[in-house]
Amino acid sequence: MTNRRKFLQAGGAVTIGSAVSSILPGCASTPEIRKPVGRVMIIGAGYGGQTAAKYLRLWSAGSIEVMLVDREPTFISCPMSNLVIGGSRTLAEITRSRNRLKEHGVQLLTDEVTAVDHARKMVKFKDRYADMGYDRLIVSPGVDLMYDTLPGMNSADAQSQVLHAWRAGPQTVALRKQIESMPDDGTFVISIPLAPYRCPPGPYERVCQVAHYLKQAKPKARIVVLDANENITSKGPLFRAAWEQLYKGMIDYRPNSEVKDVDVRGKTLKTDFDNVKGDVLNVLPSMRAADIARSTGLINANNRWCSVDWLSMESTAVPGIHVLGDATMSAPAMPKSGHMANQHGKLAAAAIVEIMNGRQPNQEPVLANTCYSFVSDKEVIHVSSVHQYDAKQKTLVAVPGSGGVSAQRSEIEGAYGWAWAQNIWSDMLS
Amino acid sequence: MNRTLLLAAVLAIAPLGARAQGTDPNLGRMLASNCANCHGTNGASVGGMPSLAGKPRAALLQMLREYRDGKRPATIMHQLAKGYTDAQLEAVSTYLSAQKPN
Repeated sequence: MTNRRKFLQAGGAVTIGSAVSSILPGCASTPEIRKPVGRVMIIGAGYGGQTAAKYLRLWSAGSIEVMLVDREPTFISCPMSNLVIGGSRTLAEITRSRNRLKEHGVQLLTDEVTAVDHARKMVKFKDRYADMGYDRLIVSPGVDLMYDTLPGMNSADAQSQVLHAWRAGPQTVALRKQIESMPDDGTFVISIPLAPYRCPPGPYERVCQVAHYLKQAKPKARIVVLDANENITSKGPLFRAAWEQLYKGMIDYRPNSEVKDVDVRGKTLKTDFDNVKGDVLNVLPSMRAADIARSTGLINANNRWCSVDWLSMESTAVPGIHVLGDATMSAPAMPKSGHMANQHGKLAAAAIVEIMNGRQPNQEPVLANTCYSFVSDKEVIHVSSVHQYDAKQKTLVAVPGSGGVSAQRSEIEGAYGWAWAQNIWSDMLS
Repeated sequence: MNRTLLLAAVLAIAPLGARAQGTDPNLGRMLASNCANCHGTNGASVGGMPSLAGKPRAALLQMLREYRDGKRPATIMHQLAKGYTDAQLEAVSTYLSAQKPN
């Protein structure tokens, strides 16, 4: 490894400007072959990791070797997964193959990384692969759920009964089934942790989707929302209008109601003031950067998140490792969204191409965010923002006067919301 | 004045000047990657959103400026267009107009 890296470092300086145009001697029939400048390993194939993988290959003109590792062989989107709970979409409709990334030259590894040795630039895998080296590492691991803060939830058995469905997949379908099996006059109780957490509007969209289903199938049923925050954390007036106008009398919203424990057998959520019983409980615990970020030593903000240099997404804790997506300590007014993770992936890809070729990354990156939320099966609201790098503050800053929310919910934005999903999935995977 | 010193001063300032003007050699590409989430990679939409790839530069730029100035009705583009400088709108229009449509 040492020799190889030394070779790569030496090569990096030499190939500036020539990597793209050089034709290898004796390979006249294959002029597209580039001199490799090194290997990037990417842990986590979600919105961040998949985007970084594709754009690293595109923007390095194939000169960077890219390996993309994930436990799951296919991609299931968290954005749009509330529609599966509401019943207007199936899990198949939000599932995509990663195979077309191979056409870009991305190597797909289905396995779990159990450890990163950043001194030796090696990763260890759980099942299928031997230890593997890298030149730069991207960690895009998403969040893990802090069940240790809820004593009653701290067992596999409890977690199999009281679901989060905050990672799309089997729990999404299981929660839908629990709601279908609820008594006609039953109560669905959802708890929302203190911000920051993955997808700020997500819990309120879920309330809309559950209400949309109950309104048709069990109009006597009720929804209780126990929100640890003092108000709806995103698109508040638009969500309140939808609840009032589309689901009148169904939703009991309780702010400043942090769930402190769960009585799984008694189907009860406990706050400091109340015990709230329900027929179906959906507990969203506090969240933090996932375990691999912790074991790699990347968590350095509030013991939960990974601080990064916003010019490169490089960790401020461990050089040579870039962190993307929900696991990062967000810049001001930057949401933990799939859309934003995609933007992180592109920022990192562009910076890594420059760094690996011995050049300085772009000093003026710009990112944009758009989050569409479905308040019924057809009507949608959005929030948007644009973030430009501020050299003085050394962070990305939301541009004053830009961004905003929908004027009102609409079916036009319903069409745009679903089209957003098709285009961003394609932007990552095709 | 010492000519060698003057030359050295000019040489030292030149790259700084270039950087201060924000000359990311990949500026258009970087900005277009903001658009790609909704409008497809390099502006080539897979459907449901307008494609931007290969559209005339002048038309793209006029549209973006009208969104920014509130002269063109929109659900979201009037909010996003306000986040970019005029030079950035020019750069992204140039880049997208040079891309291959689907």
